[in-house]
Amino acid sequence: MGIPSRGAPLARRLAVKIAEFSGVEVPTGTLDVTLYRDDLRRGPTRPLETTSLPEGGIDDRLVVLVDDVLFSGRTIRAALDALRDHGRPRAVQLAVLVDRGHRELPIRADYVGKNVPTSRTEDVAVLLDEFDGRDGVVLK
Amino acid sequence: MKHLLSTEDLDRAAATSILDTADNLKRALLGREVRKLPTLRGRTVITLFYENSTRTRVSFEIAGKWMSADVINVSAGGSSVSKGESLRDTALTLAAAGADCVIVRHPASGAAHRLAGWLSAAGTSVVNAGDGMHEHPTQALLDAATLRERLGSIEGRRIAIVGDVLHSRVVRSNVHLLAALGADVVLVAPPTLLPVGVQNWPVTVSHELDAELPSLDAVMLLRVQAERMHGGFFPSAREYSIAYGLNENRLGLMPEHAVVLHPGPMLRGMEIASAVADSPRAAITDQVRNGVHLRMAVLYHLLAHEEENS
Repeated sequence: MGIPSRGAPLARRLAVKIAEFSGVEVPTGTLDVTLYRDDLRRGPTRPLETTSLPEGGIDDRLVVLVDDVLFSGRTIRAALDALRDHGRPRAVQLAVLVDRGHRELPIRADYVGKNVPTSRTEDVAVLLDEFDGRDGVVLK
Repeated sequence: MKHLLSTEDLDRAAATSILDTADNLKRALLGREVRKLPTLRGRTVITLFYENSTRTRVSFEIAGKWMSADVINVSAGGSSVSKGESLRDTALTLAAAGADCVIVRHPASGAAHRLAGWLSAAGTSVVNAGDGMHEHPTQALLDAATLRERLGSIEGRRIAIVGDVLHSRVVRSNVHLLAALGADVVLVAPPTLLPVGVQNWPVTVSHELDAELPSLDAVMLLRVQAERMHGGFFPSAREYSIAYGLNENRLGLMPEHAVVLHPGPMLRGMEIASAVADSPRAAITDQVRNGVHLRMAVLYHLLAHEEENS
């Protein structure tokens, strides 16, 4: 399940790759975590994104959460809370494209595209064809 | 957004963003066993009603509770208002007791506006849930949400609002909002039930319902507000119903896709025939359902962001 915005297309792409390599069709969905965030009162109103569960729900299944950048871990905490309200998965794993460090919660990824050591002042932007017209990771 | 007092304060972008939030909330809650979101945990919402209400009050209460806010209901009858406490003192009391948001309904036009002025210093948000004959913005927003859902879009749609325009706060909120969203609004009413200055509103006016029906995408019926009528606005209920009531014959004159809305409470047999109210073309229960999600969206836009200094 991809976490919008950029986790959603990444999850779909992973499902396509898995089908290509192993012939296994993996259902995908999106999980918007905005309503579960702990930092809503620290910025302007955040627009909500779509949540769509895979056919058949998530009960007793293995759910892999997909996001673009793992930073403080707070988005993933919110995602775990959101997931709990949708059902009871057999297990939950986390896949991210970039792990940039600076965790503020005891959360780690099960699958990492690349570990990128960064300073807090830097900004890691993942560009995706679906949003930005090209793929790439930009460190600023 | 700090307060929601009037749809006149909403431009197209602001209105669309509230409608989109309501849409997303509706989808997020669809088919869920636990209809509870933690978003407004620890926030206190108080409804302060000086007039009777079923759906507005209930849907605000449900909206707050589904987002985990603590919701407290105060009505004029059961509070110190009946001992003669003024609106200002009541409001300041509620703010001092810790209200983050006060949702107010009052028989005087402009009451919500005054309240917002008094409560801004305390950082309390105010939602107008109907002030006299002035505005009822969340009703207009949920009407727009329902129209968007049924018709796909509002831009360029022709929508008639029929009946007691003079006494209706729903119509004032709807006219501003629908104009901002690009709809083509026509008011249909007898001349006695149209307010002075209606020619300056962004609408066209007609007295002939039958002539308008074939070109409509939606018709919104208004309740005839007998409690605000002190005089003869039309000869008899029967005559009003014959000229302006929506019956099955009139429903047949409208295009297949056209929807029927009513803000409620309905007077069956007066402005709407029972068969029309219960037909699948009527979106009246959808309006109530959407009202909950829409009011959740309003609370989200008012309370789930950093403090503004206003």
